[in-house]
Amino acid sequence: MRRVLDTVVGGLLPPLVAVVAAMLATGVLIAAFGGSPGDFLEVIFSVPNDRVLLTIINQSAMLSISGIAAAIGFRMGLFNIGVEGQYIVGSCAGAFFAGSGLVAGPLNILATLVVAAAAGAAYALIAGLLRVYRGVSEVISAIMLNYIALTMAGYLVTNYGQASGYTFTTERLPLDSQPLGFKIFADAPGDVWALSSLALILGIGYWFLIARTRFGFELRVTGESATAARASGVNVKRMTLATMALSGAVAGLVWMPAYFGSVHTFGTPENFQAGLGFLGLAVALLGRNRTLGIFFAAALFAFLSGQSNNLQSAGIAKDVIDITQGVTVLAVVVAYEVVGRRRAKTEAERVSRQLDAEREGASA
Amino acid sequence: MTTIDVEVRGIGKRFPGVVANHDVSLHIRPESVHALIGENGAGKSTLMKILYGVQPADDGEILVDGAPVSFASPTDAIAAGIGMVFQHFMLADNLTVAENIVLGAEKLHGIGDDAKREIREISDRFGFGLDPDTLVERLGVAVRQRVEILKVLYRGARLIILDEPTAVLVPQEVDALFANLRELVTQGRSVLFISHKLDEVRQIADDISVMRRGTTVGTADPKTATKRELAELMVGAELPSPATSESTVTDRPVLRLDGVSVADDTGRDLLHDISLTVHAGEVVGIAGVEGNGQSELVEVVMGMVRAHAGSIHLGEDDITRLSTRAVRDLGVGFVPEDRHRHGLVLDYPLWENRVLGHQTSAPAVRRGLVSRKGARADAQRIIDEFDVRTPGVETSARALSGGNQQKFIVGREMSGSPRLLIASHPTRGVDVGAQAAIWDHIRAARREGLGVLLVSADLDELIGLSDRLEVILRGRLTAQFDPSSVTASDLGEAMTGGEAA
Repeated sequence: MRRVLDTVVGGLLPPLVAVVAAMLATGVLIAAFGGSPGDFLEVIFSVPNDRVLLTIINQSAMLSISGIAAAIGFRMGLFNIGVEGQYIVGSCAGAFFAGSGLVAGPLNILATLVVAAAAGAAYALIAGLLRVYRGVSEVISAIMLNYIALTMAGYLVTNYGQASGYTFTTERLPLDSQPLGFKIFADAPGDVWALSSLALILGIGYWFLIARTRFGFELRVTGESATAARASGVNVKRMTLATMALSGAVAGLVWMPAYFGSVHTFGTPENFQAGLGFLGLAVALLGRNRTLGIFFAAALFAFLSGQSNNLQSAGIAKDVIDITQGVTVLAVVVAYEVVGRRRAKTEAERVSRQLDAEREGASA
Repeated sequence: MTTIDVEVRGIGKRFPGVVANHDVSLHIRPESVHALIGENGAGKSTLMKILYGVQPADDGEILVDGAPVSFASPTDAIAAGIGMVFQHFMLADNLTVAENIVLGAEKLHGIGDDAKREIREISDRFGFGLDPDTLVERLGVAVRQRVEILKVLYRGARLIILDEPTAVLVPQEVDALFANLRELVTQGRSVLFISHKLDEVRQIADDISVMRRGTTVGTADPKTATKRELAELMVGAELPSPATSESTVTDRPVLRLDGVSVADDTGRDLLHDISLTVHAGEVVGIAGVEGNGQSELVEVVMGMVRAHAGSIHLGEDDITRLSTRAVRDLGVGFVPEDRHRHGLVLDYPLWENRVLGHQTSAPAVRRGLVSRKGARADAQRIIDEFDVRTPGVETSARALSGGNQQKFIVGREMSGSPRLLIASHPTRGVDVGAQAAIWDHIRAARREGLGVLLVSADLDELIGLSDRLEVILRGRLTAQFDPSSVTASDLGEAMTGGEAA
């Protein structure tokens, strides 16, 4: 009973409090600038139509993958802010490869996933190597690498892509490599992209790796206490590189659902979603690096973004939703810290109480 | 007024499960250098922290110029005229001498020319020869130390506490420091000089107080006291008698070090030409004042640092270049010096801590997967066998007392019948009951043929457990003793480097 209660209070209450706090903060802000908080809440909490729902599902999937990429780093104490850059590099490499049609048919999908993941991993390793052998903070180097990724992708597309109107893109994905999506709403245009299921697979894989495998255990221990990890026989340098590569590999896959599901080409700014990598960091924080938490956080973020498109008609700038998302993350970090400290304290008290009772029982 | 008279009466300080200080009394006369000597762990640091207002005392009182004072923080201590120079300097490299000194004391003389004038004035008065405009990063260790002392004087300290000030200095610098200290005393200041180097203490001190096991055990006159007498006071005249039990030492070596040397980043040897053998069924105790290479000795065997010369064998296997993982896999248990940093993940439940360090072996891990069932069951076994007081295996390590944490670690490191146990301070900060239990387990395992390399600062432990004692001093093994016949003064002299003089 107590454990169930602990889980509910410790796991679910903080995000709930955070969302409420974020709504309040956004409402106050809207009111301060002469808008109507009531309208805002009405739009946000309206029932989304089928088309918006599809967007929310597909966006949730990509945000989840991005969140998992960030979470892998977080669990080892690495702040892989380079998820964004690795995601760009993975997307670019994957799109070039898939468009080239080197591998024909459905097998092209699998091969492309491997290429995208490998590209993301390789790019992440630059930051990893710099940290391990030169002591450069992965945060600093990854931020720089994010800019380089963006510029490099632009250069590659412009020079090796093909002109489409005024812009350049990679060659289009051959038709025989385009998977069918899940048509869950017959009337609405679009579908749940086939590769959105990648989020589920990666989510389960992430949970299994972290919770069940020796590698995952060592990764977590290194994140909790590098000194204890070293004494236990973990090669911390190698672990840093492996974690970075793994995080980068997942980051490289973030955009694959959209690429195979609807875009089929890389290059035009309106088709590529910059910022997904950064959002992944927020999703991982909000979801406490747990698979279910990440799914939940990704769904929440996708929901807010999806609904925000309708804000325009209520006379509220849709960017206000960025504030809601930001405050949610900020509030949840604070709330978890408070709950965590409370929990450590009550456990210590419980242990000493229990042991005292035993001692008295023994002497009586 | 520049003189100060500080008296400490009956100071006591308890931490959960440990008495750090009890009934500590000493009198620092005006215009004197008072030396406080004692082994590491004798309670000197605790006393210093109380004197400097970092921690409050539980009992006793501090009198400054005859009036009782109480310090809530170092600010209060400084206001009363007591300043402290820590062993690890607290200077910002990218600031000038003047900026470092003024930092945090801007109200005294501002931050401009007035402050610089004052700094020059103090520097000249005591012969420090400091230029306020030099960047600290250009200064050597000895000069930095003078900056630290000046920092304290600038704030109006009349008693200056120096925590092992000579540890970082070469001999000529020590002479210069002593000249500075003399000058301070001549001009009315007092100095509390904390050390365990007996030669230096006899050279500089006007009075000597000795601490042992958390209390002041005596005073000595530096003019008449011999090093032997001081060493005996420090280590205690009565040594525990070793447990009378059958020797289980065999002639089968489990650990053999041949001429092992380890250097730090600058190429200075931290361990020099160490040769040592531990046989099956034998406990070899390493005695020494802390910081003489014990940590490096443990780490080089565990594959955590590399030897630049020599070889290490575990049985027949050459482990000189093996990783920590490989060394552990060959059957080495490791009780690290600092259980919180190296021995446990505090926020993990006990069963996950059971896996720590044993990630490659059953029952905790099977075929690359963590066996929750196996780890839980074996954690429970350790709890039962080693009498770890905990509600269960799901309790986080943090919630346990130090003694129970340590029992759990020892139990874990003895699982899977290792050939060799590397035990670094296995009972430090542990209550008496847990200590006895841990000793019993080590003795029992020794009977089964376990070889143990025991590093400790606790003479009870070293003499009570060891079959042979080696003394480590400045990275070298300098002496060997039989624990059944060793005397306190022999051991004390060897540990403090007295033998050479």
